[in-house]
Amino acid sequence: MATPAFSSISTARAALQQGTCSSVDLVSDLLAAIESKNSALNAYVSVDREAALAQARAADKTRARGEGGTLCGIPIGVKDVLNVTGQPCQCASDILKGYRSPYDATAVARLRNQGAILLGRLNMDEFAMGSSNENSAFGAVRNPWDTDHVPGGSSGGSAAAVAAGIALAALGTDTGGSIRQPASFCGCVGLKPTYGRISRFGLTAFASSLDQIGPITRTVADAAALLTAMSGHDPMDSTSLDQPVPDYEAGLTGDLTGLKLGLPREYFLDGIDSEVDAAVRSAVAHCEKLGAEVVDISLPHTKYAIATYYIIATAEASANLARFDGVRYGAREAGQDPLDMYGRTRAAHFGPEVKRRIILGTYVLSSGYYDAYYLRAQKVRTLIRNDFEQAFTQCDALLTPVSPTPAYRLGERTADPIQMYLGDIFTVTANLAGICGLSVPCGFTQAGLPVGLQLLGPAFGEETILKVGHAYEQSTDWHQRRPGVWAGGADV
Amino acid sequence: MSEEYKVSIGLETHVQLKTRSKIWCGCANVFGSEPNVDVCPICLGYPGTMPVLNREAVKLTVLSGLMLGCEINRYSKFDRKSYFYPDMPKNYQISQYDKPLCLGGSVEIEVNGKKKTIRIHRIHLEEDVAKNNHFDGASGVDFNRAGTPLMEIVSEPDLESADEAFAYLQALKQILVYGGVSDCNLEQGNMRCDINCSVRPESQEQLGTKTEIKNMNTFKGVHRSLTYEIKRQIDELRKGGKIYQETRRWDDEQGVTKAMRSKEYAHDYRYFPEPDLMPVVLEEAEIEAWQASLPELPATRRQRFISEYSLPEYDAGVLVAEKAIADYFEQVAELSGNAKAASNWMMTEMMRVLSDRDAEIVDLPITPAALGALIKLVDDKVVNMPGAKTVFAELVEQGGDPQAIVDAKGLAQVSDTAALDAWVEEAIAANPKSVADYQGGKQAALQFLMGQVMKASRGKANPPMVLDALRERLGAAG
Ligand SMILES: [Zn+2]
Repeated sequence: MATPAFSSISTARAALQQGTCSSVDLVSDLLAAIESKNSALNAYVSVDREAALAQARAADKTRARGEGGTLCGIPIGVKDVLNVTGQPCQCASDILKGYRSPYDATAVARLRNQGAILLGRLNMDEFAMGSSNENSAFGAVRNPWDTDHVPGGSSGGSAAAVAAGIALAALGTDTGGSIRQPASFCGCVGLKPTYGRISRFGLTAFASSLDQIGPITRTVADAAALLTAMSGHDPMDSTSLDQPVPDYEAGLTGDLTGLKLGLPREYFLDGIDSEVDAAVRSAVAHCEKLGAEVVDISLPHTKYAIATYYIIATAEASANLARFDGVRYGAREAGQDPLDMYGRTRAAHFGPEVKRRIILGTYVLSSGYYDAYYLRAQKVRTLIRNDFEQAFTQCDALLTPVSPTPAYRLGERTADPIQMYLGDIFTVTANLAGICGLSVPCGFTQAGLPVGLQLLGPAFGEETILKVGHAYEQSTDWHQRRPGVWAGGADV
Repeated sequence: MSEEYKVSIGLETHVQLKTRSKIWCGCANVFGSEPNVDVCPICLGYPGTMPVLNREAVKLTVLSGLMLGCEINRYSKFDRKSYFYPDMPKNYQISQYDKPLCLGGSVEIEVNGKKKTIRIHRIHLEEDVAKNNHFDGASGVDFNRAGTPLMEIVSEPDLESADEAFAYLQALKQILVYGGVSDCNLEQGNMRCDINCSVRPESQEQLGTKTEIKNMNTFKGVHRSLTYEIKRQIDELRKGGKIYQETRRWDDEQGVTKAMRSKEYAHDYRYFPEPDLMPVVLEEAEIEAWQASLPELPATRRQRFISEYSLPEYDAGVLVAEKAIADYFEQVAELSGNAKAASNWMMTEMMRVLSDRDAEIVDLPITPAALGALIKLVDDKVVNMPGAKTVFAELVEQGGDPQAIVDAKGLAQVSDTAALDAWVEEAIAANPKSVADYQGGKQAALQFLMGQVMKASRGKANPPMVLDALRERLGAAG
């Protein structure tokens, strides 16, 4: 039952074009797979079957007329933080219970314009705050490779669904690694585009200066296809940049000759898991074999990145999440006066990690502490950005691990938030610097857990990192391995 | 003898800008709609929405700065000001903290003939908040006003009396209305202010402890509350008491200011740069173009009226007070070719009509062209002044063409000697006593005879000709 619903966007698109399958077939296969596999993973939080099938029928008609965009009839899963007209958008939080979006996020609208079908909503850490997808009002998501393990976060539902075959591709968001890290834990491809590449309008903000929407897919080519469809300036988002949008798929030539890849020494620390280290080093050697030159690079301010990130991200979050007060939408607890009502509503319906971050963010912005924390963090952020600018004068892209460890067990780190935060060490820097990053599968541990290779490129350097990632992927078979719960059957 | 006290007042004046749409979204910036009609997910603070700066609001703020002689910051930015209140859809207000659009500047005021310059500290741009309505047992929020552009003009504490504060607000309003920046309609809440007030013994250099009176929305209220607060502070100090830095609320009914509970105003706003907006960078050429588009300001215009039209200072001041009236006057002056007459008509007849009817000049049916034409008819002796006043009254009611009204009402002035002589003879024959009085040296008797002639002509006789004819007929006064 190797239907295109379990292959890739490229394969499915070709099958639709050749008429060997219909969009209704794709959607039906996925709906059946979700039906049988989702309960073990808890990846989807809602699926609008009827709407998806109606969109599929409409797409098939459009295609029959010889019309339709680049994603006509292709089903996509959407992280619960992105607004899709008429769909719930709960951000995996209790405080937005019952909330439905009155509008489409720009990235979603652009996929819709290309004919994509918005299949359902994917679980996540509440308000994208977390690295293990254990902070969800819908409950934890499980890793398809070992359901006792976390899928990573915060886009854990997106990564788990793609890895398990219950989504052909999905959208995630990445504020400090929330696309790349779950992609690496689940053996998927995850792309965090350059800040400003894709409009954030309609992305429920966690940390506005760090958030980016991006794809989680089974192949680099699929990530490139979704990036092409979603990119470009949006008048609704003043921070989206007016840069030309290349055809990212067309740039996947496989040729790495002449490319210089940097290995930042600060990313290969003593504390790194030995199996991860080995897998990444072997991937680096592989890239050399493919024609790239590997050079030693230093990013001296890396050690300050976690502190800087958690100050800036929580500061912005404390303001962004202030709007959830029970006045206009979402949950509301009665109170004696408005402020009492806010307090009760927020106390009752935000989860513990969200509260922790709001308190942290409120603290670092408080009068008397602003200069010592927020202002200093902004200065260090500039230094980190300068590190990368310097590095990219010496190489075209950087190769690093995505996470110091493979997926860990559920509950293993929940008691120690600092330990959890430290796991983001290799991913937060790209967000602080506003550059692009890609996670591609590069091996497995002995226990059978995936390991990811991170490619970091300069701002608007997506073509380069996608080209490297694609060449690596196509000359290895990591991306073709399937987990035990694979929904597409044994024959792939 | 008890010591005298000096007063220092600074005003933070919030002015709603006259843009078509709100500051971050496309919703209409209008007053008086049904509640929650002019709203969208952006100005309601829905999850995922983002602000996009309305450049028109920037332009109007910069225009205000240029009119007030401010320095315009070429690089300016927005910040988030956090506090929880139901009138704030996002529970933070997007405002400008350390890089406002305008710095410095001043406003000229005049109180009891004394001129004074009040310095402006800064002008920044922000979003207005929603309006809370309280009903029996419940409250509602009307978000129509949320996200409309609001400019805050912060003065230095240069004002030294309630009268000066009042004059400052009037002068500010006049300038802003002139510049087309705001209607400054107080009933619609276009202008609201927070007052900072302190007093200190005259011998003391350093400013005293200030109190803040929030949310004043009438000039009269500002005057009354300041009169009260200044007296309260001085009385307090005189009796050896202390002024506490606090926020006070003006109770208009009781006519007193009252301290608010500290919980109601003690905020740590936690300002930080708004990450959803890019900094505002103004190009030199853009500022120059805006500068060139500025209208002539009241003070300059008043001087010009005095020199160009030879108007008395007082008349010039009255005419420029409202831009629409000054514009009207200038059109009449030009069309009639007689600025003196234009000014006389405006200062007497027109002002009376406007105050009697509590009307705006642009709403009257009489056009500047018609009044100009009417003045010409007087100058050309087609109609005399009494006749012209009749025409004016008609124009005020229904508008129309002055010549046509003169014709229709038969108001044309009679300058025909034979007709005038007949009326003169008639008057002399009928009033021998007045004739004798005049000849006996009473000048007033000539005025009476003149009135009789005018009456006989039903107001149409040419008055200077009648006077000449009477003098000629009766000879010089004895
Ligand atoms: Zn709106």
